[in-house]
Amino acid sequence: MMLHRLLSGDFPRSRFLALALLAIVAALALAPFLFPGARALNVAATICVFVVLVASYDLLLGYTGIVSFAHTMFYGIGAYGIGLTLHSVGPTWGAVFMGLTIAVMLSLALALVIGLFSLRVKAIFYAMITLAVASAFAVLASQLSDFTGGEDGRTFGVPELLRPGFRLIETEIFGTAINGKLITYYLVFFSALALFLLLLRVVNSPFGRVLQAIRENDFRAEALGYRTVAYRTLANCLSAVVATLAGALMALWLRYAGPQTTLAFTIMMDILLIVVIGGMGTLYGAVVGAALFILAQNYLQALMKQGSDALAAVPLLANLLHPDRWLLWLGVLFVLSVYFFPTGIVGKLRGAKKP
Amino acid sequence: MSEQMLSLTGVHTHIGQYHILQGVDLKVPRGELTVLLGRNGAGKTTTLRTTMGLWHASRGALLFDGNDITQAATPDISCAGIAYVPENMGIFSDLTVRENLLLAARAGEPDTARLEWIFGFFPALKKFWNQAAGTLSGGQKQMLAIARAIVEPRKLLLVDEPTKGLAPAIIQSLITAFRELKAMETTILLVEQNFSFVKSLGDTVAVMDDGRIVHSGRMDELAEDRDLQQKLLGLSLDTHQ
Amino acid sequence: MTTTTPAATADAELPRLRLDTPPLLVLPILALLALPLVGSFPTWVTLTIAGLAMGMMIFIMASGLTLVFGLMDVLNFGHGAFVSVGAFTATLVLLPMQGWMQADSVLMNLTALGLAIALAMLVTGALGWAFERIVVMPVYGQHLKQILITMGGMIVAEQMIHVVWGPDQIPLPLPTSFRGVILVGDAAIEKYRLIAVAVGLIVFAAMFLVLNRTKVGLLIRAGVENGEMVEALGYRIRRLFVGVFVAGSALAGLGGVLWGLYKETLTAAMGGDIMVLVFIVIIIGGLGSVGGCFIGALLVALVANYTGFLAPKIALVSNILLMVAILLWRPQGLYPVAKR
Repeated sequence: MMLHRLLSGDFPRSRFLALALLAIVAALALAPFLFPGARALNVAATICVFVVLVASYDLLLGYTGIVSFAHTMFYGIGAYGIGLTLHSVGPTWGAVFMGLTIAVMLSLALALVIGLFSLRVKAIFYAMITLAVASAFAVLASQLSDFTGGEDGRTFGVPELLRPGFRLIETEIFGTAINGKLITYYLVFFSALALFLLLLRVVNSPFGRVLQAIRENDFRAEALGYRTVAYRTLANCLSAVVATLAGALMALWLRYAGPQTTLAFTIMMDILLIVVIGGMGTLYGAVVGAALFILAQNYLQALMKQGSDALAAVPLLANLLHPDRWLLWLGVLFVLSVYFFPTGIVGKLRGAKKP
Repeated sequence: MSEQMLSLTGVHTHIGQYHILQGVDLKVPRGELTVLLGRNGAGKTTTLRTTMGLWHASRGALLFDGNDITQAATPDISCAGIAYVPENMGIFSDLTVRENLLLAARAGEPDTARLEWIFGFFPALKKFWNQAAGTLSGGQKQMLAIARAIVEPRKLLLVDEPTKGLAPAIIQSLITAFRELKAMETTILLVEQNFSFVKSLGDTVAVMDDGRIVHSGRMDELAEDRDLQQKLLGLSLDTHQ
Repeated sequence: MTTTTPAATADAELPRLRLDTPPLLVLPILALLALPLVGSFPTWVTLTIAGLAMGMMIFIMASGLTLVFGLMDVLNFGHGAFVSVGAFTATLVLLPMQGWMQADSVLMNLTALGLAIALAMLVTGALGWAFERIVVMPVYGQHLKQILITMGGMIVAEQMIHVVWGPDQIPLPLPTSFRGVILVGDAAIEKYRLIAVAVGLIVFAAMFLVLNRTKVGLLIRAGVENGEMVEALGYRIRRLFVGVFVAGSALAGLGGVLWGLYKETLTAAMGGDIMVLVFIVIIIGGLGSVGGCFIGALLVALVANYTGFLAPKIALVSNILLMVAILLWRPQGLYPVAKR
């Protein structure tokens, strides 16, 4: 019963998927204790953030049927909002909330403007315009270096509770120090969990169903009396705000905000890859996809390197397996997914359940 | 050489989930002008579009001049000898009158003698020869649309509501055009709601309702029988000129 | 062609179609506005020529994209791949033929360049054909999938460039006879830019002639308006589309070669990078309109160059503002194509 309310009635509907989700959530929840080492914890935190980032994009793409390339812009606004405020005002909780508020306001305003201006037009127009706006924003961020720190970004201090040096209790638990890093991690983890469940609630509400109706056939939705522009704009705004929050979490974790980690087009591509391969319009696809993707990004490349070295005698093959080319294989997987597995991994898992 | 230029047998057409044509049986005799009547939404336009291959029949058969065109592609159907004048006329606004006709003339250039003949009942086309078709008036566009269909001899003409929204003088030109085409023994399938326009032109008539043919016969018989007209077409008849 | 058109005997006061002139005036107005802002006339000349050159190259790259969209409602987000591939393919000719490129002979330079361009256009044309069959055709009419798949196709193409040509940038020096500047008064005008302008004008003229004087061109213009009617007149529009797609890809390849030489370095991402400007250009010009694309490209390039000089930090933003301004004036772009 409680689970039903928690998941807003949107169950995994597949034994494999449920197991996978459980495993992922458990691993993330206990990461500081299960996987010692800074690198592993960083991977875990990145997964948490990306789950939220991709899930908010799935709201837009999978549920409302809107292709936008501006998602990284909102992600960056969140990161920079926190980062620049903490940098200029000082590492206090007040600054954190101030930065958060500024970032969310800015994202809302931009989402509204872009939405109202472009959502009246064809999807193609919208995609192009968001691409242009996001690119301009990225260029601006690196150009206004006095303010934003330019290409190098900004490092900044965080409130004392979150600093690595801070110790909550002196003793270690299961060999892990209970320090600021741990606290920050759990801040990220629980925020991500809450935001994901919130999105789950939204897509399973009447509002969410209207979005899906609009995605299927916006003419009919309009004929039924729903003002599609209003719904689309709202979805746009919601998606933007959650992305902003994801960016803020990332910035707090890294204690850094910069164009390469937030605004780069490669991140937009990563989001697209994850949402398609994971499964559009499922939200759980974001969880599974993000986990797989980030893990692969960090650990698969080492495997590829071995393969590439082994094939050093044949340059073309060695090049194909070169770790830097992992994007090539992802691209191929992406194209194949759009054709053959439009419902992604989650869809396949759910489909497997049927007799 | 079959007697029918075009025959539809048990044709069903679905558009998405809408079942528009529900078993159409239509015979268009060779060399005659067949009128397809019916109220809005009866399926007349869908019938023409299905014939033209723009929509495909989900069931049934279409035969043109003895050949099965049920699953044929639109360009092939056109090349087989059917010309189509759609309801929205389908003229290319950015192209000039000349260019519109040039496209319709698959043999290359339009035949001069044929053009002069067309100019005979559509003089405006000669006047606006080098002008962009989009600047023409509604009636002139309709003339161009029909001219395109007849700039080369075709076996069958499909015409969809040519008189809609036109002034009486233009309609007169259209009547002249159709009379001359009939004299040349062109087979025509004409969709219309304006009964008085087709009363004198039509040889055969078919009435559609709810995706089916509910009556077919000779036009002169229907023209005499006011009760039948009332029953089939309701009051919409004589409200047109 | 019939010897006398019937119109020759028509009324003398035939109302000729007036050309839609206001958008044409935006270009000179913009250029003139920039003059006082820039300050110095020679600098203005240099900037303007640079802008025109860049605009021509962007036009060449964008024209195929806008025609393909107008004709078949397909937007190839991976169009940038053809630009990159074109540039890199050119190196297969230009690098081995370095001797001819460095020789101080216009003839040798042009021959080497000509061969490179021919190869680039051939390869990108073929790639375009394959791309259309494999990537685009299965998703006709599904815009969402189109955007996703063509983007995916571009990622794969970019990565394949890395596989074949390695991860580094490749320098591409200009041929000797194209280097250097011409002095007109105090203004220094780079020779290569003039060449780019010339090539752009030739391409535009060729496209104009094909679109307006040939039956194929007629079909394309008609198809952009109403593809269904073109089919009803008996033409296989699918073949037309594939042809336009291939031509557009080849043009993108040509643009890539010119652009690569302009920047004198090649990176696998160069195509993707220029796509933002290309999109702005085709939106400004009106999707489906070659003339609009031409003017849009020149506008965008001029704005980029003027702001690059006056206020470099807001260069890209200024183009977005330009786009917004034009859309507020003409929501469908400068020369919208009349769709049914």
